[in-house]
Formats: sequence, C-alpha cells, structure tokens
Amino acid sequence: MAVGKEIRTQIASIKNTQKITRAMEMVAASKMRKTKDRMNATRPYSKKISQIIKHLAHANPEYKHPFLVEREVKRVGIIVISSDRGLCGGLNSNLFRKTLKQLTQWDNNNIDVDVCTVGSKGASFFGSLKINKVGQVSKLGDTPHLNEVVGIIKIMLDAYHAGTIDELHVMYNQFVNTMTQAPTIEQLIPVVASELENDGLKKHWDYLYEPDAKEVLDNLLTRYIESIVYQGLVENNACEQSARMVAMKSASDNAGNLIDELQLVYNKARQAAITQEISEIVAGAAAV
Amino acid sequence: MTMTVHVDIVSAEQEVFSGMAEMVFAPAELGEVGITPRHAPLISKLNPGEVRVKVSEKESQAFYVSGGLLEVQPHLVTILADTAIRAKDIDEAAALQAKAAAEEALNDKSGKIDYATAQAQLAQAMMQLRTIDRLKKRGH
Repeated sequence: MAVGKEIRTQIASIKNTQKITRAMEMVAASKMRKTKDRMNATRPYSKKISQIIKHLAHANPEYKHPFLVEREVKRVGIIVISSDRGLCGGLNSNLFRKTLKQLTQWDNNNIDVDVCTVGSKGASFFGSLKINKVGQVSKLGDTPHLNEVVGIIKIMLDAYHAGTIDELHVMYNQFVNTMTQAPTIEQLIPVVASELENDGLKKHWDYLYEPDAKEVLDNLLTRYIESIVYQGLVENNACEQSARMVAMKSASDNAGNLIDELQLVYNKARQAAITQEISEIVAGAAAV
Repeated sequence: MTMTVHVDIVSAEQEVFSGMAEMVFAPAELGEVGITPRHAPLISKLNPGEVRVKVSEKESQAFYVSGGLLEVQPHLVTILADTAIRAKDIDEAAALQAKAAAEEALNDKSGKIDYATAQAQLAQAMMQLRTIDRLKKRGH
C-alpha cells in the first residue's frame, strides 16, 4: 500500500532528529552536574578574594596601587566569555545583546573599546563587528585551566599599565539555577568601592603589609582578576550545559508533538484509502 | 567567655575551614604570626607551612598550606591558600615520595630540569613532612 509514503519518511526523519536531541540532552545533563560541581568548588575562593578587595577599596593606603585609582575614561577593555559551541538556546545571544547595549552607550560617550574574547562564539560574533580586537582564546573544553586565560588577562593588564585602557570589564553568564542564566557585566579595574555592609570598620585605617605594600598588592590584585575571570569561565560553562539541556529537552518535546500530529494525518489518509477501496469493491460487486 | 574571631580558610579548589577561633597561627613571609581577636588589619603573603587554628582551650586544628595570602580584620581572618589540606589528610608516603623526587631532580646533573621549580617542590614536600611530624608529637 503506497498511501502516505511521504508522511512516513517524514515521521522517520523526525524520529531520528528526536533521538539525537534526546541524546544531547542526556549528555548535557551529565556534563552539567560536573561543571556545576567545579563552579561550586571555586566559588568560596573568588567570594573571599572579592571580599578582601572590597575591604581594600575602603582602606586608605599610603601606597596607591594603579588598579585602585580611577582615572578619566577614554578607552575601556572588555573580556567577553562565551561558549565554544551552539545549540544552547539564547545563552550567547542574550549576553551579546547586553554587551552591544553597553558598547553603544560607550560609543555615545566617545569611549573606544578593546575586546578580548573567550570562546568561538564570541570570536565569530565580534569578528563581524567593526571593533578593535586585541586577543582571543577558544576551544577551552569542559575543564578550562587558569593558565589558558592568563594570556588574555596579561594583554589587558599590560594595556592598563601602559595607559591604553582606563577600565577593564568582564562579561559572562552567571549561573542562577538550571533554568535561569543571568548575563552579567562586572568591572574589574579600577576596583570600585561598593557599599560595604556595616561591619564596624573605622573610617581611616590601613593595612599592615608584609613584606611591603607594592609586592603584596600586586600579587593580590593580579590573583583577584585571574580568579574573577576564571570564575566567570566556569560559571559560563555550567550555564552552557544547563542551557543546552533545556534547549534540547524542548527540541525533543517539539519533535514528539510533531510526530503525533503527522501520525494522525497519516492514519486518516490510510483510513480514507481503505474506505475508498472497499467502496470500489462493493460498487464493482453491485454492478455485476 | 574568651573572645573569638571568625576564621575562613579557602583554597582554589574548596572551602577548607570556616568557624570561630580563639587564635590562629600562620606562616607569614616574614616569620610565623599568631593572630588573636581584634588584631590590627594586616595583609601578608604566606610561605608553605602549617596553619593552626585554636578553636578552644582543648581543641585545635592544623592545616597544611602551600602558600597564599593572609588577610586580617579585627573581626575576621581570611586565608587564601593556593592549596590547603587538613593536616591529618596529608599522605605521608606521598610527601616522602615527592621529597625524594625533588631531591633527585636537584641532584640531576644533566641540567635539563628547572632548578627553581625543583627547589620549590622540595620545600613544599619538606614542610608537609614537618607538619605531619608536629602533628604526631602532639599526639593526634
């Protein structure tokens, strides 16, 4: 019976697609667990170091480290952390949209921008824009290492020391929960003295530094920036996997719906063909 | 009641200790420091060595850190370690092996190895062993 051959092949191909998306969903789910563990493991460190930096921004050191001093902004550097692969819903486009908004704002204030990208998606997105690109890394995989991003951080810090850029920001997706990822822009340097919770600090005070202020602060601030960028990287990784899991789940569900609909159409066509055949036979018998 | 100070020890991989303590001893770069509550604000680099947290008169906990940073606020002590291990989790055999390997590397006359790295590794292994030794003497 040749009824609905096209429909049958269509159903078969959708079933194949569904198999693929379902497999990807399961792979993403198991990877998500691992990346989430990794993210949670490094969170305490970056939280504590941010806290120290916050304290530091409120101190009145006799030695002013360049990273703590605000200056007039003519050019800013940004590090955009994106994923290497697609098929993860609106994860990257949401981040890029937010970044673009910020870029237009800077553009209106006549501030130039230097961009470093982490991840292939960011590289190809900013590659098509008329914008000054100073560095990129990609193909970091699921277990990124700090020394893979040290290079671009160094580019930016050197530019800051040389006075080419006056601010450094990092853009990444913050992991809120499996369903929600929040695109985030964070200013790294100069360190902003945000509102400190009231924890009994005196107004004018300074740290004792051992062995000396410059060395300790250099060490601390570089470590801080590396830790924040690395944290952004692992958070973005966890976001990618969870976003992919959700996207693939809805793709599998959609494929299921599509198959149901097509199956109904196919069954109706088959039924109609049978009915017609019978009525033809009956009509033929009656004619004899 | 004795005064206590909040102590956090974190390494790049995990949170190792968080809680109140009466006193903290840490291997600062210019010599070992002991920190009591209401200490003046201080930032210092840490050498590889043992961090001791005196939780109460009777109880104290020891950790091995491979270097890092120490921040002191009057009400808060934070130790950012490169790696931190609870002293009783240090594997003595592994530390001995690391020490032997580092010494061998130092004695290797072919000159292929990085002298500074080998020396740092040796220092770390020796500090781990010393931490274990002290722990044993205290009868843990």
